[in-house]
Amino acid sequence: MPKCKYDWPEAGDRKIIGTRVSRIDGPAKSSGEARYTYDINEPGLLFAKIYRSPYAHAKITAVDTSEAEKSPGVKAIRVIQGPGKEVKWAGDEIIAIAATSEEAAEDAIRKVKVQFDPLPHFVNEEDLSKAGANAKPGETKRTGDPDKAFSDPDVVASEGYYGIATITHCCLESHGSIAEWTGPNNLKTWYSTQNVSGTPAQVGQALRLAGVEVPDNQIETICQYIGGGFGSKFGPDRWGIETARLAKIAGKPVKLMLERDMELEAAGARPSCYAKIRVAAKKDGSIVAWDSQSWGTGGPDGAGMPPIPYVLTNIPNTVTHHTSVATNTGPERAWRAPNHPQAALVTMGALDDLAAKLNMDALEFFMKNAPLAGDRGKVYQEELQKAAELIEWQKNWHPRGDKTPGHIKRGLGISMHTWGGRGHTSNCNLLIHPDASVEVNLGSQDLGTGTRTVIALVAAETFGLPVNAIKVNIGDSKYPVSGPSGGSTTVGGVSGSVRRGSVDALNDLFAAVAPALGVPAGQLEAVGGRIQAKGDSSKSLSWKEACAKLAVKTIQATGKNPGPCKLGDSGVGGVEIADVSVDTETGIVRVNRMVCAQDCGLVLDLKTAESQCLGALIMGITYALYEQKVMDDVTGRMLNNNMEFYKLAGIGDIGELVVHMMTGPGYDERGVIGLGEPPVISPGAAISNAVANALGVRVPTLPITPEKVLAALEKGGVA
Amino acid sequence: MQTFEYASPTSVKEAVQLLASTSGGAEPFAGGTDLISAMKDGIVTPARLVSLQHVKELRGIKFSSDSGLSLGAMVTFEELLDNADVKQNYPALVQAADGVSSPQIRSLGTVAGDLCQRPRCWYYRAGFGLLATYNGKSLVPDGDNRYHAILGNSGPAYFVNPSSLAPILIALGATVRVEGEGQREVKLEQFFVTPTNDNQNLFALKPHEVVTEIQVPPPNDAKMAVYEVRQKTALDWPLAAAAVVLKMDGDTVKSARVVLGHVAPVPWPAPEAEQALAGKTFSEDVADEAGKAAVAKATPLSKNGYKVQLTRVAVKRALLRAVKGEA
Ligand SMILES: Cc1cc2nc3c(=O)[nH]c(=O)nc-3n(C[C@H](O)[C@H](O)[C@H](O)COP(=O)(O)OP(=O)(O)OC[C@H]3O[C@@H](n4cnc5c(N)ncnc54)[C@H](O)[C@@H]3O)c2cc1C
Repeated sequence: MPKCKYDWPEAGDRKIIGTRVSRIDGPAKSSGEARYTYDINEPGLLFAKIYRSPYAHAKITAVDTSEAEKSPGVKAIRVIQGPGKEVKWAGDEIIAIAATSEEAAEDAIRKVKVQFDPLPHFVNEEDLSKAGANAKPGETKRTGDPDKAFSDPDVVASEGYYGIATITHCCLESHGSIAEWTGPNNLKTWYSTQNVSGTPAQVGQALRLAGVEVPDNQIETICQYIGGGFGSKFGPDRWGIETARLAKIAGKPVKLMLERDMELEAAGARPSCYAKIRVAAKKDGSIVAWDSQSWGTGGPDGAGMPPIPYVLTNIPNTVTHHTSVATNTGPERAWRAPNHPQAALVTMGALDDLAAKLNMDALEFFMKNAPLAGDRGKVYQEELQKAAELIEWQKNWHPRGDKTPGHIKRGLGISMHTWGGRGHTSNCNLLIHPDASVEVNLGSQDLGTGTRTVIALVAAETFGLPVNAIKVNIGDSKYPVSGPSGGSTTVGGVSGSVRRGSVDALNDLFAAVAPALGVPAGQLEAVGGRIQAKGDSSKSLSWKEACAKLAVKTIQATGKNPGPCKLGDSGVGGVEIADVSVDTETGIVRVNRMVCAQDCGLVLDLKTAESQCLGALIMGITYALYEQKVMDDVTGRMLNNNMEFYKLAGIGDIGELVVHMMTGPGYDERGVIGLGEPPVISPGAAISNAVANALGVRVPTLPITPEKVLAALEKGGVA
Repeated sequence: MQTFEYASPTSVKEAVQLLASTSGGAEPFAGGTDLISAMKDGIVTPARLVSLQHVKELRGIKFSSDSGLSLGAMVTFEELLDNADVKQNYPALVQAADGVSSPQIRSLGTVAGDLCQRPRCWYYRAGFGLLATYNGKSLVPDGDNRYHAILGNSGPAYFVNPSSLAPILIALGATVRVEGEGQREVKLEQFFVTPTNDNQNLFALKPHEVVTEIQVPPPNDAKMAVYEVRQKTALDWPLAAAAVVLKMDGDTVKSARVVLGHVAPVPWPAPEAEQALAGKTFSEDVADEAGKAAVAKATPLSKNGYKVQLTRVAVKRALLRAVKGEA
């Protein structure tokens, strides 16, 4: 029996929770019926394009739009940044033009004349010695007595260099929006956004600052489907505000979706991190000291230090120092588990090198040191064991350097990760109609994570109905406010509000049917599509019959998160192990297999949970091997601003992926915790460690390209 | 994209006329898989596109053991891959076409379009011209030249020829038939031009000439293979490639043709490798020596030294694939 009225059902009573439920919007997405922002085409729609800075750093001295104004089809022009303004990265927006077709807008953009006074730029930060005044050293932070710990003659120390390049989000649906003024003070917007409920206020504020009067409550934001966000789509963005302003000027709806080059240059960047690390352990493998000097960039504002040392935060003696480097590159945005993939790569790489130096089996080394993760040490040990079993560690692991003949070398590598994932604030509205239909309304969004499905699942579980009996209405700011999808907070938020709302709605239904059944409301339960006396199906009504008792009155309940009863928690862990093959003649790395053992409390939908991990592994393989924003020193521009040279893994590059969700006693009772981000943290580090294990030499930085592998092999290793 | 006229002739003659009769530049339009993206990027701005889609005489694959293979200019990758004669007699051509892994490009992209496509140099595609100059200076030697040339790169051109089909077709001794004012034949090996200025034609074609056919001599029991080094299996460009055609007498190499791809502004024959093979009893060591010989004169730029190794391996592996059938 649940102790608190909203508690999740006990293991034996769960009907749908924990099973594999297919996405309820799968058919709409695969048939093309689902309409993304890109697909919205209102009558009279205008199309906007942007003139962007060709310079990475320059002062604008003159802007001339007179020719552009005369260009056929042009309906509105906005100078976003005029003379006197300083642009700080190539691709920054300067002028927006709305015209009757994309082509007409582009033609007009070509007629814009902007003059610049170029200023010096700096775009490549890996060589810190070249950063000059762009480098802002932070404070040195210490715990314990690292100097003493390193100088202890009984410790073994290892030293190395590790790094991870700036990558972009590369959303397959680029950023953008449509704005339509439906009245003088009424604005309807469609955004490709992770933040449906939070967008109107941001748009309203920006517009009012620009002198366009519109109250927040007269702005609607719609996003039914989104083609990727990964943390880059929380705000309306300057181009989104310009879309609304152009629409106001033109008196027609305007659509502006970023071109691929702009998407890659300006709409997404995960900061880089490079680090020189020294780490020491006792001869038995217990880590005692850490010393890191790190640096990285997230664009014009630099970048803070990732949480290093990572996961094993209780290393007794540590010293860290981080330098934030400003570069003339597109500004950083949160990228799926901000700062954690960087932290994992540099930490797990350094620790794995230390294990090799100690001649220790890496699994044994991480098992031994897992308690340095604090409370969750035991969970990591369970996950390490599970992942090791799945990858057949005992059979496949070998010490550094695959000694088997031939040019293909195989290796295994481990990484661990952590994340919070507490549910965000969420409000929902639950409706049970007399015709037996059920609706859930909330201003949330489904980022592709399965939010819609999980909402339906929670309501269905509560009502004893099949998942497809629930109509889920999300993706519109007219519904009750629900939080942005960031920080892996959505599943915890929406499941909490929907559970509470559903329980309350069901109690209302019990009250309505109790007289007819002659059973007190408190003695009723909803199971198998029926409302019945607890444990006595002879006194029952079908769901339909029960709802008919409502006559003409719809039950309306609201649900909130946070709220009473513990439905969720924060803090998850995971372990991933990569099995790779490296061709030592070409430097090409292939992932044979990756396993992921991940906990996230109570798993609601096993299928979408596993999908999150699978997607994360794919994204992780991609950034481990291929992704990098390649910046040109001389022009200051991004060279691979297309999907030809901004490389993403295809099916053939992925290998076999195995996911194991940690569930059952010890996990389930924690309630629901977010999962979107954690599994994407470890792949880079696990793959880097596996390559080091295969080759006997570390390829220091991601992405692990053929040139870097060959360069590392020249310094040592098996070949 | 700049506006343009679109013409859709049904004969080569008509196509040639349409190409010749406009000022402001005209381009033959085959599958459009390269041309359209180049136009969108604003690096090609033809006033007229002359589609070859409806020119029937440019289609079709013919083979006879006496005269060899004839590929119409408009033969697509897909048609090439599906053709039984090609599969049986020119397995290396299939290997080359197979490397273009996108089904969309395979179904639209044509043989002539593959030969006449423009370089993928990222400076060129960003609008800095074929020679990638900025303030009068080439961006490549001091810039990010990881994908640029390691041979034939004394400047001013540093890009690599992108065609996957060209190296093997050259190694097989192919000839290109072109039609303009009249008809003529050009050895494919002579078809590619290293430009010395931004506006120079990359091919031995006059402005209104079109490629009509590619003729490949009969294979005559030659052993052949292509090996491309690609980082990804999906939709990626080779970092280096080699095509080899060998005449063998038992285990002895009588003669060899070795042509490299993605290493120079034009497909790059490697006579040094051919000499290293001629008269030798084939072995892995001999293949390795040939690979070394192929890159002996390489002059890598600041960031593409690794391509020397990749090219050497590509040659070795192409040879092992040709002679020993190794994957
Ligand atoms: C992501 C990506 C990856 C790719 N990978 C590879 C690869 O690995 N290897 C490879 O070889 N290619 C690759 N390609 C390129 C692809 O093969 C070419 O785009 C295609 O072969 C061009 O053929 P098309 O018929 O579409 O030519 P079009 O785009 O129509 O034309 C290309 C050029 O050829 C000219 N042309 C076409 N036909 C004739 C003719 N008959 N006479 C004279 N001129 C003519 C056109 O005027 C134009 O200048 C890739 C392309 C992309 C986008």
